[in-house]
Amino acid sequence: MTTGMLFDIRRYAIHDGPGIRTTVFFKGCPLRCAWCHNPESQSPALELMLRPNRCISCGACAQVCPELAVQPVDGRYVTDRAACTVCGVCVEACYADARQIVGREYTVEEVMAVIERDRDFYLHSNGGVTFSGGEPLMQPDFLLGLLRACKTAGLHTALDTCGYAAWETFERALPYTDLLLYDLKLMDQAGHRQITGVPNRRILDNLHRLSALGATIWLRLPLIPGINDDAENLRATAAFVAALPNPAPLYLLPYHNSAEAKYAGLGLPFQLPGIQTPTDAHMHAIAEYFTRAGLNVVLGG
Amino acid sequence: MPMTERVARLRRQSLDARPTLSAERAELMTDFYAQPHGLRSAPVERALSFEYLMAHKTIYISAGELIVGEKGPAPKATPTYPELCCHTLEDLDILDTRAKTSFAVSAQVKQIYADKIIPFWRGKSMRERLFAEMTPEWIAAYEAGLFTEFMEQRAPGHTVLDDKIYRLGLLDFQTAIDESLAKLDFLNDPHAFARQEELRGMRIAAGALITFAERHAALARELAAAEPDPLRRAELEQIAETCSWVPAHAPRTFREALQYYWFVHLGVTSELNTWDAFCPGHLDQHLAPFYRRELANGTLTRETAEELLQCFWIKFNNQPAPPKVGVTAEESGTYTDFAQINTGGLLADGSDGVSEVTYLILDVIEEMRLLQPSSSIQVSAQNPDEFIHRAAKIIRTGFGQPSVFNSDLIVAELTRQGKSLVDARCGGSSGCVEVGAFGKEAYILTGYFNLPKLFELALNDGRDPRTGAQLGPRTGDPRSFASFDELFSAFERQLLHFIDIKVRGSNVIERLYAAFLPCPFLSLLIDDCIARGKDYHDGGARYNTSYIQGVGVGSLTDMLSAVKYHVYEERDLSMDALLSALAGNFADERTRLLLANRTPRFGNDDERADALTVRIFEAYFNAVDGRRNTRGGEYHINLLPTTVHVYFGAVTGATPDGRCAGLPLSEGVSPVQGADRCGPTAVLRSVAKMDHGRTGGTLLNQKFTPQLLADEAGLNGLVQLIRAYFAMRGHHIQFNVVDAETLRAARRDPQSHRDLIVRVAGYSDYFCDLSETLQDEIIARTEHETF
Repeated sequence: MTTGMLFDIRRYAIHDGPGIRTTVFFKGCPLRCAWCHNPESQSPALELMLRPNRCISCGACAQVCPELAVQPVDGRYVTDRAACTVCGVCVEACYADARQIVGREYTVEEVMAVIERDRDFYLHSNGGVTFSGGEPLMQPDFLLGLLRACKTAGLHTALDTCGYAAWETFERALPYTDLLLYDLKLMDQAGHRQITGVPNRRILDNLHRLSALGATIWLRLPLIPGINDDAENLRATAAFVAALPNPAPLYLLPYHNSAEAKYAGLGLPFQLPGIQTPTDAHMHAIAEYFTRAGLNVVLGG
Repeated sequence: MPMTERVARLRRQSLDARPTLSAERAELMTDFYAQPHGLRSAPVERALSFEYLMAHKTIYISAGELIVGEKGPAPKATPTYPELCCHTLEDLDILDTRAKTSFAVSAQVKQIYADKIIPFWRGKSMRERLFAEMTPEWIAAYEAGLFTEFMEQRAPGHTVLDDKIYRLGLLDFQTAIDESLAKLDFLNDPHAFARQEELRGMRIAAGALITFAERHAALARELAAAEPDPLRRAELEQIAETCSWVPAHAPRTFREALQYYWFVHLGVTSELNTWDAFCPGHLDQHLAPFYRRELANGTLTRETAEELLQCFWIKFNNQPAPPKVGVTAEESGTYTDFAQINTGGLLADGSDGVSEVTYLILDVIEEMRLLQPSSSIQVSAQNPDEFIHRAAKIIRTGFGQPSVFNSDLIVAELTRQGKSLVDARCGGSSGCVEVGAFGKEAYILTGYFNLPKLFELALNDGRDPRTGAQLGPRTGDPRSFASFDELFSAFERQLLHFIDIKVRGSNVIERLYAAFLPCPFLSLLIDDCIARGKDYHDGGARYNTSYIQGVGVGSLTDMLSAVKYHVYEERDLSMDALLSALAGNFADERTRLLLANRTPRFGNDDERADALTVRIFEAYFNAVDGRRNTRGGEYHINLLPTTVHVYFGAVTGATPDGRCAGLPLSEGVSPVQGADRCGPTAVLRSVAKMDHGRTGGTLLNQKFTPQLLADEAGLNGLVQLIRAYFAMRGHHIQFNVVDAETLRAARRDPQSHRDLIVRVAGYSDYFCDLSETLQDEIIARTEHETF
């Protein structure tokens, strides 16, 4: 039985493709974007997420931890992540929901059961299902199982990808994918490697080949002030998109500084403190620039 | 179109006017009843008192007004109804000084009350008579907060007008009355005399409103004669002409149609302080023929029509709900008087009712941004998406209007109750969410019913833990129950016991109103009172329904689910431990969190919880639906709260869903605030598992962040969410589009947020006018975000 690791399934997604959708979030990503707003999506392994603002200091976690990884310090309970094996026993005992295991192994059938619940909403809105993450293509067999199941069920499918995958994997998914939500980040090779951890050659090549095959693609560009909103990157992005074999709309997504607490909860460093959400005026100026470059631009989405 | 200077000024005047209590009506009624008089039947006496009122009350025309008439002597000067509820001096002090929904009461008014009103009416009002007629069990249950009683301070009303006034003048009504009188059969009909008296009353009442309008015409002529500005002079002359034509005759123009309705509205709400004011219902459909005709012949432009509608809107906002005290103020703590103007829906032949006037009215709703009148869209599968999309853009602006109703389901609800298909299509929603066959039905809301409190009694062998009183039947110590089903049966026994008490009381109250406070003016407007020669309060309407409004379905679901899951299935908490935790109001926070966070809860599309919702629904439906009232109709259920979920929560101790004593219950059919964690589609699916088609209305609140509706995808998502919910046979949905941070800021700094409007239950209100408990409750409602 094919199973896969997800970190969330969210219903009433209205910005992940057309209509009302359910978005299935895969856990595990080949990129490590410094601005990532879902840091729990990066590691393919289970993780312990702490929400200290919910903690009532009852000490139940410390009492049950088999590794003695939770200890009282000044009336608060501190978790030693080095000792923690992410077994989840403390999460069961934490009625305050201050502790959570991020990630769960699902079968295709289990995911489909959740997806099927909102069928009425997809039908009324021409919506469907979006596979996102993390990177769905990192779990190709599971993804393929889900895509096939959706097509059998007559549901529209979208694949939200960073593009960093073997071409063969794309080839396998493509027959069951109605829409690709394809992320562009930085056009500069070195800069891309520095800020995401991987070079962008493969991402751009895959995109070009997908476009040449006539796949339906919505490009998505997250705009992170000071990282990729400089004139050179905008120019290079415009040039690349304009040169694609088939035109694709470009969705501009403003960066939101909302993930800081998540990083803290996972015990991860937040690498981009202090970056503000771009102003509406700035977003409009960038949209204007791309429009003048002949691109089909959509703000938000 | 931007507001004209006139409209902006009148609107501002309405917003700035502080509600005051006017003693004028009370004085006039006292003068009338104090006159020496011979024996009179109740309908004739009431009609004569109405005639006296209409002949003597102050006539008010404000500078620049196009639509005229006020219920009191000036905007927001609010009349009282001492024959029904005679306020004490203490009541007046409370009204004057309370922090929320206050009414300024001048020293002069207090003096008039002390010298004249109270000495005359004390001990004689309907309110005192009503309580005196109730059984000790009824009084005990009422005082414990098991139910409320709508008719203790306000008259039954709860009805809406159809299209008849746009076809017939009141002189035509009088002709119909004369025909009915001529047909009376004193040889064979033992009720012929009673019918004659009722019809005589209606005839007098119709004449009284014509007099009232003529007094406006006279004042307008007087003002015109003294008016230096020729433009305004012409307007005043036109007002005079309009008021001498309507309501005596059928309206000929768009303007006359609006003015006619407004006089009728003032008539109904002056005769008695009817619940839910009164309402024109499908205003767009009623006005469309006038609009089209006048646009075609050049006597009206879209702009003039819009300005007239704006002036009409301001008129509603000038009339705060009658001053309420005690439990009535708790259950309906608002100035809003629930006139809910319908747009869209179906025509009598079942086709699409959306017209250009629909869009005109939606523009007016958006521009006016007033609490009153309330507004709704009636959405049928026959209506275009564009219509919902236009409304969604208004919803996005975040003042809670318009609310959204399922027209096709309303037709099904009304026909299930026995209405004809055409009468059902011409019906719609009113008040908060209640359905009715407009112009043909008396659908009386009798009071709210505290479902969670019943379960509290079942957990305590019929005893109210708050007072220690043995309120209900002894249904057993739950520690001795072997199964969840036994516990549920105990709940059902409590339910039946108190529904019996409530219905017995309501059947007496119906008779009190029929006998002592008939309403000949309202009666003449509602079919088939004239044909039957019977009063609206006495079964004269074609359809006569009584409702008991269930409250706290979401809370009760979670309570039952918590007990079922933890005590009977997981067995991680004994009944004894649970009862101790409740008695101690959750001294141990871990127990509370176990119940709150480790229980399958309503609103998450979780069958374990939702199956219990359905079970509660069926139990409540079976306890109420189909019982006979005294007006030839039946009792049905609906599920809505106004503000009573706060009051009912205040009288209910700690509950097994992890709710601490005194906190609000869930409202309408919404999940417990914050318990729904899987997004709006999961909420809608949970809620739709109840059979809304067997109710007379359900109320669902959803809170969206403004970001979720910021773009086209957000608006379309909302439109399709509504479509899908209605395809699942949901009755109603309304939206608060405001983020919790804004609400918290308003809580901290009310002065800077005076204009912040939120959706409460079936109405909108200024956030700062809400009780602090209610403010917190709205903040706690789950917020659906974008991601």
